[in-house]
Formats: sequence, C-alpha cells, structure tokens
Amino acid sequence: MRSDKQSRTPMGLKIAAGLGLAFLHLPLLLIFLYAFTTEDKSYQFPPPGLTLKWFAVTWNRPDVWEALGLSVRVASISTVVALVLGTLCAAAVSQTRFFGRETISLLVILPIALPGIITGISLRSAFNLAEIPFSFWTIVLGHATFCVVVVYNNAVARFRRVSGSLIEASMDLGADGFQTFRHVILPNIGTALLAGGMLAFALSFDEVIVTTFTAGQQATLPIWMLEELVRPRQRPVTNVVAMVVVLVTFLPILAAYYLTRDGDQISGQGK
Amino acid sequence: MPHAVTFQKVSRHFGSVRAVDAVDLEVEAGEFFAMLGPSGSGKTTCLRLIAGFEQPTSGHIEIFGETAEGVPPYRRNVNTVFQDYALFPHLNVADNVAYGQMIRGVGKAERLRDAEAALEMVKLPGYGARKPGELSGGQRQRVALARALVNKPKVLLLDEPLGALDLKLREQMQEELKTLQKALGITFVFVTHDQGEALSMADRIAVFNHGKIMQTGTPEEIYRRPKTRFVADFVGSSNVLSPAFTRRLGGPAEWASLRPEDIRIGAEGGHEARVTGSSFLGNATRLTLDMAGEKLTVLLPAGSAVPAPGASVRFSWEPSALHLMGTET
Repeated sequence: MRSDKQSRTPMGLKIAAGLGLAFLHLPLLLIFLYAFTTEDKSYQFPPPGLTLKWFAVTWNRPDVWEALGLSVRVASISTVVALVLGTLCAAAVSQTRFFGRETISLLVILPIALPGIITGISLRSAFNLAEIPFSFWTIVLGHATFCVVVVYNNAVARFRRVSGSLIEASMDLGADGFQTFRHVILPNIGTALLAGGMLAFALSFDEVIVTTFTAGQQATLPIWMLEELVRPRQRPVTNVVAMVVVLVTFLPILAAYYLTRDGDQISGQGK
Repeated sequence: MPHAVTFQKVSRHFGSVRAVDAVDLEVEAGEFFAMLGPSGSGKTTCLRLIAGFEQPTSGHIEIFGETAEGVPPYRRNVNTVFQDYALFPHLNVADNVAYGQMIRGVGKAERLRDAEAALEMVKLPGYGARKPGELSGGQRQRVALARALVNKPKVLLLDEPLGALDLKLREQMQEELKTLQKALGITFVFVTHDQGEALSMADRIAVFNHGKIMQTGTPEEIYRRPKTRFVADFVGSSNVLSPAFTRRLGGPAEWASLRPEDIRIGAEGGHEARVTGSSFLGNATRLTLDMAGEKLTVLLPAGSAVPAPGASVRFSWEPSALHLMGTET
C-alpha cells in the first residue's frame, strides 16, 4: 500500500512476486489440505472429501509419539551440547590470541560446509572403528557437529562486540569469573545464544542424512516420515504430523526473531 | 603509614619484550601520582600490575603494605577508570554505578541511593535512568569515575581518562579531578602521555621510557631539573645541548637543558644566531635559531617583537636557567 503512494510498482513485477510466493507456499498448503482428506492411499486432487479423523488416528499411533519424543530429546540435548561448546569456543577465539586460532575457527565451521553425507559416512566409520554401538548418543553426537557451528557463529559475532575491557571492568569492581559471566557476558550475548540455540534445535529436528548413518534402529521424526511415505496406508497421518510440526516450530522461530531484534536495539544503543 | 603502592624491582616481560623492566616505585598515601611517558613506555602495564590484570614476571608489589602478587583484581581494594570507560551497555547509568555494590550483596535501595550520591558528586544528578549510549563522551567519563569512586577504593587508577575529550572539556575535567582527589583524600594514580596534564595535576610524576622510570619527582623538579636528556626533551620539549655545544655557549663540557622560554632575544650581549623559522602559537611565538649548525628553540612571550626569518639576532639567558645533566652519553 505504502509503496503505491511513493512509486508505482509495475503490474508485471507484482504478478511475478505473487507467483514466486505462491510457488514457495502453495505446496505447504497442499500438505495441510491432505491432512483432512478422506482418501488414504494416494494423493488424489481434489480430495474426494474432508474429515478430521486422521487427527484421532495420529493421536493413537504410538510410533508417532516415539519418533516425536526421540526427535525432541535429540534436538534438545544436541542444542545444549552445542550451546556449551559453541560458546566456550567462541569465547576462546574472540577473547584471546593463541597459536592456531584461525585454523581452529575454520575447523569449527567446516562441518556445516561439508555435505551431510560425508559427515554421516565418516562418523559411521569412526563409530565402527571405535566399536561404539549405535544409540541415542550417537545421533546426538552427529547432530552436535553442525549445531555447534550455528551457535559458534552467532556467539562469535556478538563476542566481538563485547570489548575485553568490559570483562576487566567487572573484575575490577569485585566480580569473580562466574559473576562476570552471569552479570556482564550473558546479558550481552544472551539473545545471540537464544537465536543460535533455536536455529540449532530446528536444524537437528529435521535432519535426515547424518541421522540415517548414525541412528541404528531408532527413527527420529523426519526419518519416520520418510518411511511412512513409502507405505501406502494411512498416508494422511504423515500430513497431520507435518502440520503440527510446522505450527510448533513456527512459534519459537517467531519468538527468536522478536527477541534478537530487541537485543540488537539494546546493544546498538550501547555503542 | 605504609605507602599506597610499592614496586620492588618489578618486571613484566611479554616474550622478549620488557614492557616493565626492574621498576622501583613508591606512591605515597593520599597523593595524586602521575605516570608519564610515550606510548609503549610501560606506564599502562604498571597500572595494570596495580589493578591485578597483569602479574609481574619478577619482583614484588605491595598495596598499602599487603602483598599483591597472586591476588586477583576482584579481591583488590583498587578501582580503575578505563581509557574507553568500559561502561556496561546493557545496564543503565544507576546500575552501572551500583555494579560493585550489587556484586558485594548490598541491598537494592541502599546501592541505588549510593549510586545517586556518587552521580551527584560527579555532577550528573538524575542521570541514573539513562543508558550509557545516550550520554556524551564527557558524561560517560563522569559515570566511569562515579562507578569507581562509589566503592571507596584505597587507590583509584586512571588510564588516560581524558584522552578522548576535547581540549576545553579536558581542562575542566583536570580541575574537577584534582578538586575531587583533594576532597576525598583517595590516592590517585594517573597514566598519561600528555606532559602538560601531568605537570598541572600531579603531586608527583614518574617519567617512563622503555619500561624504566627515568625520573620521579614533583612537577617543579621534573621540569626545572631533568636528570636525563629524555626527560628534558619529553617534558616541555627543552633544548638539549650536547657537551660540545654547552662549552661553546660558555658552560662546562656537559649535557645541558635550556628551556625555550628562558632564552631572551636582545640587541646586545650573549651569542649570535640566525632565525630559521617562526610559528605563532597564540599566547607565544616559537622561533627556531641556527647557531653554526646547532638548532635552538626559543619561546617569545606574546607582544614581543618577532624577528623575521633570516635575520641575525643575539640571544642570552640567566646563568641559573642552564641545567647541567652530566657527561654520560
């Protein structure tokens, strides 16, 4: 509306933008639509009828709950591991100078640049060599490799803005290391960690490739969905799960967006 | 009463760099002490050694008679005003000032009352609710001062605190700092590279160069009786005369210092030289003279006749103005 007043947008551009957005989001709406279809073997369009029964069916399927529970636990623990390791690593790289600092910085970021399949294969062969049986913890380890990167990247950017003299000022005023972390460092990097943590959680939650190599017999939610699509029975259950996942992940991402936006305003004022 | 700060043969080496090299130092309780020197001379490292951010490579440090080595910064009764102020950007001014008391567990009402009193002392009453980012450089400086002083430190360390301020504000803050120091009776240790600042504010000055103290004394002593050529040149940019030149001017064959403002230009007597340049400084005019290859700087008070460059002039000085510094090279 406002852009109309300032300068008229050409009609062609408007249509192109609309088509682009439709291309991005219509498939998502189709997923939602098929969650209500009465037909359960093939995705027939338009759906012959609409029903809410798949929500009840999904609710009563123990395998859905199992996969969801596993995914939530894996993502939570990977995020916690990433938060601790990523923050420590960012602190070391940005606050101190030591031999090999740049190399470490590069090596930490590398896992996210590598194709997931390479990370997956190398982890699998490493676990085999070390004779570690596949378990919940091998999945967590696999996910932590790329979750650390996300947290590290967010934290290191913020750490660069926290000048070393702030930490010295805090110590000078009587705060020991823990109090300085609690009262000075955490408030200054908190929103960056929150954003990094949310992103790490989301990455871990929908990861497929690394998980297939490190999971053994357990199925996380995305892997469960992949298996479910191959089976021509009760297909809309997958759509119901997808819909719930979209709604549930959308809210924290929205929250992270608003929280980091405020954080940037605060640190901007401090300059 | 013990000294506020004592250094005994204190060294701090960074790899092969001797930032501080076997320094002996005594700061009296209640004095305004300046550490003066060019950048890289070790004065800031000395300040950080007192604050506890650095530990000496060797030597012994005492703060009011208590051994300081191995004591972390947060257990020293010493506070610092940082060069970049280092105010916490996420806290408002009142919480910044109250930070030290918050850490010590003082109740919220009490510490905020103390913070407001400290802000009044630095002439910023009612600024507590603002964020540091909303303040000017001079105001931030005052907040940093209040944040340190509210803890009633035994020694207040100031690291080039006026460096970022413009000239007028700097002169005003110099006055205020000195008044504040006398009123509170707290020992101030002040690091600066500005010799004018050190001369006008300090009770005593230590002049640093290459990690060593060249001379310690009152501003008068440092200015009138510099012990080395470095001190003579760094403090007040004196004319440093080589032994041969001193002799040609009628003195003994020793290094000597002759202050530019002590030289008089006249028609008769003294020695002859040629004027090679002059620059107008406002309250004075600086002349450069050339006497058979040796250069001399002269400061003429405002209102006196200024000879044109190229002119030949005669110059002289009171015998007491020529300060001898020995024959050591």
